[in-house]
Amino acid sequence: MESFLQTLIAGVLLGGLYALIGIGMTLIMGVMKIINLAHGDLMMVGMYIAFWMFTLFGIDPYLSVFIAAPILFFLGVLMQKFLINPVLKVDSILPENQVILTVGIGMVLANLATILFTSNYRSTPVSYSTSAWYLSDYWHSAPIELSLSVTGTVSFIFAVVITLALWFFLAKTDTGKSIRATAQDIDAALLMGVNVKRMRVVTFGLGSALVGAAGCLFIPSYYLYPSLGGQFTLIAFVITILGGLGSTIGAIFGGLILGIFESMTATYVGMGWAPVGRFLIFVAALVFLPGGIASLLKKKGVRR
Amino acid sequence: MLAIKNIDVCYGDVQVIWDLSFEIKQGEVLALIGANGAGKSTTLKTISGILRPKRGEILFEDQPIHTAEPFRLIEMGIAHVPEARRLFVEMTVEENLDMGSLKGEARKDRAKTKEMVCSLFPRLRERLYQPAGTLSGGEQQMVAIARGLMAKPKLLMLDEPSLGLAPILVREIFKVINQIRKEGVTVLIVEQNVKQTLATADRAYVLENGRVTLEGSGVDLTNDPHVQAAYLGV
Repeated sequence: MESFLQTLIAGVLLGGLYALIGIGMTLIMGVMKIINLAHGDLMMVGMYIAFWMFTLFGIDPYLSVFIAAPILFFLGVLMQKFLINPVLKVDSILPENQVILTVGIGMVLANLATILFTSNYRSTPVSYSTSAWYLSDYWHSAPIELSLSVTGTVSFIFAVVITLALWFFLAKTDTGKSIRATAQDIDAALLMGVNVKRMRVVTFGLGSALVGAAGCLFIPSYYLYPSLGGQFTLIAFVITILGGLGSTIGAIFGGLILGIFESMTATYVGMGWAPVGRFLIFVAALVFLPGGIASLLKKKGVRR
Repeated sequence: MLAIKNIDVCYGDVQVIWDLSFEIKQGEVLALIGANGAGKSTTLKTISGILRPKRGEILFEDQPIHTAEPFRLIEMGIAHVPEARRLFVEMTVEENLDMGSLKGEARKDRAKTKEMVCSLFPRLRERLYQPAGTLSGGEQQMVAIARGLMAKPKLLMLDEPSLGLAPILVREIFKVINQIRKEGVTVLIVEQNVKQTLATADRAYVLENGRVTLEGSGVDLTNDPHVQAAYLGV
């Protein structure tokens, strides 16, 4: 029981971060109709920013969220404007092929990082990296012992706050509504006076900023190396499929489910089996729930 | 107010509008009628900039608009209620109305205009917080027109507002069009429901194969033998 609860907690904490990564991808998917396969590599860039800020200036990785997110926003904007948009304009290139462009961008980023920073494993040895809060410290007669790692918890709280801020932006502001409108019907959005080209650019920037922020939240408890992007692109992709393409709420649930499932696999099957659990969920989602969690929510009449 | 001068419009290599010219005067209700494929919707899409004319020009209040960015037109005063409504089905009715009033004057007066369109379509008031996709066809059409009005347009273009609606709703829609005219908004309407349209419109053009074949007042066209035979089934 104790280990089950502990695993569940670890899964939820991890899932919150996964959700943040997934939301970035699903947002871009919704507006651009393409899967950004450079997503994980953008996260790697965010992690390097956090790493160098820590190493050179001693800036805490959590504070680097506020540095990396704006930088990644501009990186996303530049990528969209100067690399993806020109390809969008060419009619003879199928939309599917723009995905290949993002693969290329990802490769360039990963190799640039290798050239510039070498392929050494990096980390930010913050003083609190192994500390945790224990239930027994607060409740002396607790029947079971549970713990919350400091990094996991702080990262989770950051992820929740960022997600809430994003929700507020998308639901309540005119720009946010315009992004959703562009995702739903691009011509109708144009008729409403939405500058859809700019919305595409802003969305790509926003998606990149989210995953860059996620990178800063990951680095206190993870190792960093240039080719780590691929595995996180896969995670984001699984979450996007599991949640339903383009659905933000779906991505939140998708991230939590994946986090819990991976955590359970790691505890009950074996540490090395977590990626297998990832693929299992992916295949299961495609077979049993092709519309993703969003299709379930729709059936229940819940708004996305 | 709006002048269309000798435009040609093509979809790829297929030309659908041939040397089309017509004019809309301030404050009138102008109808474009014609069979499927005559080029009516294409004309509206060209005015609102979704399509570009190959040749010719479009002037709105003496300004050329066929070269302007399409998203600027609504700010200039042209609102287009597209065919098949094209609502943002996953957004609420209220959010749809908000989308109609993103810019300038319309943004400032959003609350007031919302009140106005709700009194025009009382049924929308009860539906404000419902996703637009859950509404009936007639209600969705009302939202589409209301969304167009939220822009406080000088020219409102309606593409087949009566399509697929029950006769009683069609009558209600045309009643609203008359009310909109009274507010001083110029209306350009494209319709297949020729009888009702000619009864409402001040003037009308008949489009056939991308060319204007007839023009006249609503009454004149209702009595025209060709129109009677081809569109009114008399």
